Amino acid sequence: MLFTLAAASLMRHRARTVLAVLGVAVSAAMLLDMVMLSSGMRVSFRTLLVSQGFQLRVSPKGTLPFDTEATIRDGDSLVALLHVRRGVQAVSPVFGGQLHLSTPRGIVASSALGVIPAVEGDYELVDGRQPVNSNEMVANDALLTATGLRVGDTVRAGSGYDSQLRSLAGERALRIVGRARFVYMAKEQKGAALPIATFRAMHGRESDGRISLAMVRLAPGQDAEAERAALEALFPRVTVISIATALKGVDERLVYFKQIAVILGAVSLVVGFLLVTTLVTVSVNERIGEIAVMRAIGVRRWRIVAQIVLESSAMMLVASPLGLVLGLVTARYLNSILANFPGLPDRIDFFLFQPSAAWTSLGLLGLSGVLAGIYPSWRCASLPIATTLRQEAVG
Amino acid sequence: MTAILEVRQLVREYPMGEERVAALRGVTFDVDAGDYAAIVGPSGCGKSTLLNLLGVIDRPTSGTVSIAGERVDQLSDARATEFRLRRIGFVFQRFYLMQALTARENVELPLAEAGLKGAARRERARALLDYVGLGARERHRPSQLSGGEQQRVAIARALANAPTIVLADEPTGELDARTGAEMIALFERLNADGTTIVVVTHDEDLAGAARRVIHMRDGSVVGDERAR
Repeated sequence: MLFTLAAASLMRHRARTVLAVLGVAVSAAMLLDMVMLSSGMRVSFRTLLVSQGFQLRVSPKGTLPFDTEATIRDGDSLVALLHVRRGVQAVSPVFGGQLHLSTPRGIVASSALGVIPAVEGDYELVDGRQPVNSNEMVANDALLTATGLRVGDTVRAGSGYDSQLRSLAGERALRIVGRARFVYMAKEQKGAALPIATFRAMHGRESDGRISLAMVRLAPGQDAEAERAALEALFPRVTVISIATALKGVDERLVYFKQIAVILGAVSLVVGFLLVTTLVTVSVNERIGEIAVMRAIGVRRWRIVAQIVLESSAMMLVASPLGLVLGLVTARYLNSILANFPGLPDRIDFFLFQPSAAWTSLGLLGLSGVLAGIYPSWRCASLPIATTLRQEAVG
Repeated sequence: MTAILEVRQLVREYPMGEERVAALRGVTFDVDAGDYAAIVGPSGCGKSTLLNLLGVIDRPTSGTVSIAGERVDQLSDARATEFRLRRIGFVFQRFYLMQALTARENVELPLAEAGLKGAARRERARALLDYVGLGARERHRPSQLSGGEQQRVAIARALANAPTIVLADEPTGELDARTGAEMIALFERLNADGTTIVVVTHDEDLAGAARRVIHMRDGSVVGDERAR
């Protein structure tokens, strides 16, 4: 009976109910987007870091990986020492720099990583094979598109290019043996990888033994934080970054994002709440006589409150899935815009759908639906019955 | 006879600006179990105010009201609600049925509130609708019923929990003469079947059908006559 009365009340003014539901759906969509935004980037960054299975990153003191062109001078020694540490399963040294390719379309510059292909953790092979020989390289789609080269082609490449002399520094002929997707590079960033020894040789003797970064994979069960602290104590000229410390850094950089997301999320929740409260108040005021009669014939106050709360909650409940769909569509669109943010890895999502975000949004909406119904219903159910009936009879 | 309703020195004042206006000025009377009393008097004499106090939907400024031996003038809201549900049947001038519910569901409403479940509740509601002559209209909504039919549903609803007393406020006020006469007959049948009725009315025919007529003027009882 409670359901019948609640449903009938909502259906009495269908257009009004539909408009309110749509309004709440928009507000729900915005709330969901803001909840997704507040944690999406962090979660997708974490996913990115753990995806390659390396728990620690060792970079020159005071820098983040590839934030600067700084390198670790005695990198090979460091890597050798890391290898012999108990609990270290693998070490992947990386030497980063520019690679200039001489193509029929002209000189094309690209970011490049010198790696040990057997333990690399910077890219995923899409096509072909790893560059195991010294004259081999892999390239990403952006580089292949820009150069017009294909897997199997050989290209003249250098670590630098003198535009006046039109000559490549450290020139080598490199054969493209694979197509790769670089996990930490931006969407449109041109990228290549080749054996670290080859790439360092192309940069000259001053690059001997240098690395830009070493990624460390720990054995299962190893405490990454304890290992991080131990390595920093052991090697004072490097910074060791664990996933936790990287995320801390991300959190610090995203603090404004989070604040904006929380504020806008709260605003959308309040808007939804006010919308439903207004509608319920109007609806209750129209039925004030009916409610007074229910009270007069012995219907308990809480039952009337429950009926009206049911109405407001039903509106929120219907609006929530609509808002969910709308929120996901909007998030996808906004994500596609923000994906072009310069320097951001391709795999980073600003709006990442997580079931917890959806549940949080639905929970908040459900709660606001209940609260939206409580005040007007309690107010109405508490009106003096006799006076209300007299006023209704006169009205 | 046993008095089912005892009213003693009932006063009800309303604030009006800085002054207080008395709607009832020390009303005293009893109604016996099984009686049928009509309260009559000019508009503004305090009839409806009195009915509200008897129906425990208002509180007196002073004085007492007892129904079936229980003081009801100072009950808490929760207790007053419970008392209305189980002891009092209300019939209003404007019927006040729930438009969203069918005739049967309207009758079921107080039954559901009293905790009667499922089939037993539906059966009781059907029996009451049969009693008021609307058995065939149980699935109709109020908008599909005439004024007289709606008032019959309201009476069935008032009888739902077998109340100690039925209070009716101008029950024929919205009905034409013929339907009004049918309603008067129904009230007579109700009373003949043992229901105690107090009705407030301007309708001389309805008052004439009562066993007892209480006359009011300016918030006081000025006459109390029994039908011969």
